Amino acid sequence: MNFHETRLDNGLQIVAELNPAVHSVAVGYFVRTGSRDETTEVSGVSHFLEHMAFKGNETYSADDVNRIFDDIGARYNASTSEEVTLYYAAVLPEYFAQTFEMLSVLIQPSLRQDDFDIEKKVILEEIGMYADQPTFTAYEEIMRSHFKGHPLGRCILGSTDSINDLTAEQMREYHRAHYRGGNIVLAVAGNIAWDDVLALAETHCGGWPAGQSDRPTEEAQPPGGVQVITREASLQQYVMQMGSAPPATDDRRLAAELLSVIVGDDSGSRMYWELVDPGHAEAAEVGYNEYDGSGVYLTFLGGDPETTTANLERIAAIYDSVNREGVTEAELEQARNKVASRIVLRSERPMGRLSSLGGNWVYRQEYRSVSDDLTTLKSIGRKEIAALLETYPLGEQTTVAVGPLTSLA
Amino acid sequence: MKPQEIHTHSLDNGLTVVLEPMPDVQSAAFSLLVPSGSVFDPPGKSGTGAILCDLLTRGAGERDSQQLSFDLDNLGVQRHESIGTNHLTLTGATLADNVSQALSIYADIVRRPHLPADQFDAALAGAVQALRSAEDDPRHKIMPELSRRCYRAPWGLPSDGTLDELPTLKADGVRTQYDRCFRPNGAIFGVAGNIDPDTVLAQIQEAFGDWQAKDEPTFDIGERGPVVDHITYDSTQTHIGIAYEAVPYRDPDYYAAWAAVGVLSGGMSSRLFTEVREKRGLCYSISASLSTLKDEARVLCYVGTEKPDETLDVTLREMVRIGEGIEQNELDRCKARAKSSLIMQQESTLARSSSIARDWFHLGRVTTLAEVGDRINALTVESVLDYVHSHPAGNFTVMTIGPEAVEVPVEFS
Repeated sequence: MNFHETRLDNGLQIVAELNPAVHSVAVGYFVRTGSRDETTEVSGVSHFLEHMAFKGNETYSADDVNRIFDDIGARYNASTSEEVTLYYAAVLPEYFAQTFEMLSVLIQPSLRQDDFDIEKKVILEEIGMYADQPTFTAYEEIMRSHFKGHPLGRCILGSTDSINDLTAEQMREYHRAHYRGGNIVLAVAGNIAWDDVLALAETHCGGWPAGQSDRPTEEAQPPGGVQVITREASLQQYVMQMGSAPPATDDRRLAAELLSVIVGDDSGSRMYWELVDPGHAEAAEVGYNEYDGSGVYLTFLGGDPETTTANLERIAAIYDSVNREGVTEAELEQARNKVASRIVLRSERPMGRLSSLGGNWVYRQEYRSVSDDLTTLKSIGRKEIAALLETYPLGEQTTVAVGPLTSLA
Repeated sequence: MKPQEIHTHSLDNGLTVVLEPMPDVQSAAFSLLVPSGSVFDPPGKSGTGAILCDLLTRGAGERDSQQLSFDLDNLGVQRHESIGTNHLTLTGATLADNVSQALSIYADIVRRPHLPADQFDAALAGAVQALRSAEDDPRHKIMPELSRRCYRAPWGLPSDGTLDELPTLKADGVRTQYDRCFRPNGAIFGVAGNIDPDTVLAQIQEAFGDWQAKDEPTFDIGERGPVVDHITYDSTQTHIGIAYEAVPYRDPDYYAAWAAVGVLSGGMSSRLFTEVREKRGLCYSISASLSTLKDEARVLCYVGTEKPDETLDVTLREMVRIGEGIEQNELDRCKARAKSSLIMQQESTLARSSSIARDWFHLGRVTTLAEVGDRINALTVESVLDYVHSHPAGNFTVMTIGPEAVEVPVEFS
């Protein structure tokens, strides 16, 4: 396993973890832009732009882009979060050059008006699809209310209105501002030579504009609150809660990750044994989400409406006990073993390594090998968990409920 | 592609062990198919196998439920238990060094489960709540509803049970189901990864060799649901499921059928994605794939849209239009996708362990990746078209969930 890194003159950073023992290679552009970098007028533009990337440039039409990726049997896609727009592909090493060229086409698309008009309909269908999913509604609302007044509160998809009002020119302007060398990390994992990566990057990315866009990253100060969205036709009640946790650049993030496994993993955790195993709830989990400058514990509860209050009390009691007494050595050992196995299994595929490689670089300018991750994991003990809980205790500041209930009291 | 080493061995009691050593990886995975799927649920008691599946891991051998979960977590086993029409399947993946200890725990789970009666209500409550959640999300509900209408009972019945029948189940019934169905004859144990095949085989022989064979339970074949059906639901999109007949995995024409569906829905350059989404903007999500039972198969298609009439019309039209011809480059793209997916499978022990077990069930042997590659490379536009002409898309089953019923255009009904 070899790690390499460099930076082009336009600021684009390249990181690669190369491994001749695997069968494929994964490559991704991590563009440091997402819904938090938008303004109200262009809400949803990052995600819409990610779709438009696949419509090609002056050389390649939309049909060409899809056809060429399929010609070489690539597994490819893109995603947009609050902070990062990711374009990626996994292919056999013999098709790396073609894949690289096509992925690079995605980063500097033409953004033609007629493509924009058709794709707008697809985006509106996507908004409709998510509107039919109560858990998605809960997630969107809790992000909005927990991060009220903070850029992280902006919705990734935008609204039907903001998408209808968005113009192609506004999108072009957003693209010009954010798709610049200094905002982009190119990550490569798998079976390929570093020289090939460098040569292709010079050819395809060397001419991209330099520069970097600003992103204010002060830690969110959530106002807190409870919101109940009543859906009479719903059979189940879905509740999400958020509380502050360490930001992405905080060393305590790994302790937070491990704590969430102990307390709220989907099996074998405290919440599993107290709520799911006895059949009190269909799902009761807590996860840790890291962002630039902020972080959250995200609690999810799904179950029968009439059991909601009792289940929320059960969760509160678990959090209270963890905040007061910490976790046991046996729980820690179990969580470390679980997480270690996940890290190793995921790393057997280049696609699994890509997200870790790119994510670590975008957020922390840091390379972490699998063995680095395993070493850190072993070093987290009760003391580290206690230090984390001191500043970031488990709990909720913000609650959103979706379902038949009209109140949570 | 490196030559694969596949070892198969049938124990005297009818359990088949299929092993694939993969020396380049650190992990190992297993996939145990027990022939105790939902087709064996007693009539009117659908979901019996699903509850059994939940109870299986609530204590076994010397371990109670918590100890079992604790020990498997400490071995790093990423596990999953599920019920399908034919099998109850237990899978796990972990570091290769831990696989031997994991297998001995699985011998307890399969052969010495406690099936604690006092946890039956909890398991049932979990199953009922999962179905109620699916009711709230039409995108999850549509495909099981489509299956009920395109396959006869019991194959089309939902493996997870129904909200009508689950509450009628009793703890005794689940215990009886275990006694009646859980058996080694017909069971398949696939293990792939950084393993020594002789050691693993010896361990499985030791742990499962004295498991007594049982008569295969029987079941009655029933009816399928209406060919065109609608459930009214207050949703933004209308969710559409479409099915038509295809050939199963064991059929000599299977790969031609696979390619025909690939032309329709393999990758973003495929016809459905291009015509329905890219050109017309009618949907966000559309996909079609081959669903195969042992003796019959269907093409199953999903699409969600706010313009159901036009979407259904365009989708059905594309399905039928395959019969008018296929371009060489469309077939080439299917082959390219197959090549990369076959090679990348060698990076996943879980994918390999499931694949070799599934092959054994359908074919009674394992097709190597090279052999699959050869079969796919041998396809020609003519051979795929011959298949399409002898199995044309038609006699569609159409299921919709949404605000209003959708008319199936006369020419397709």
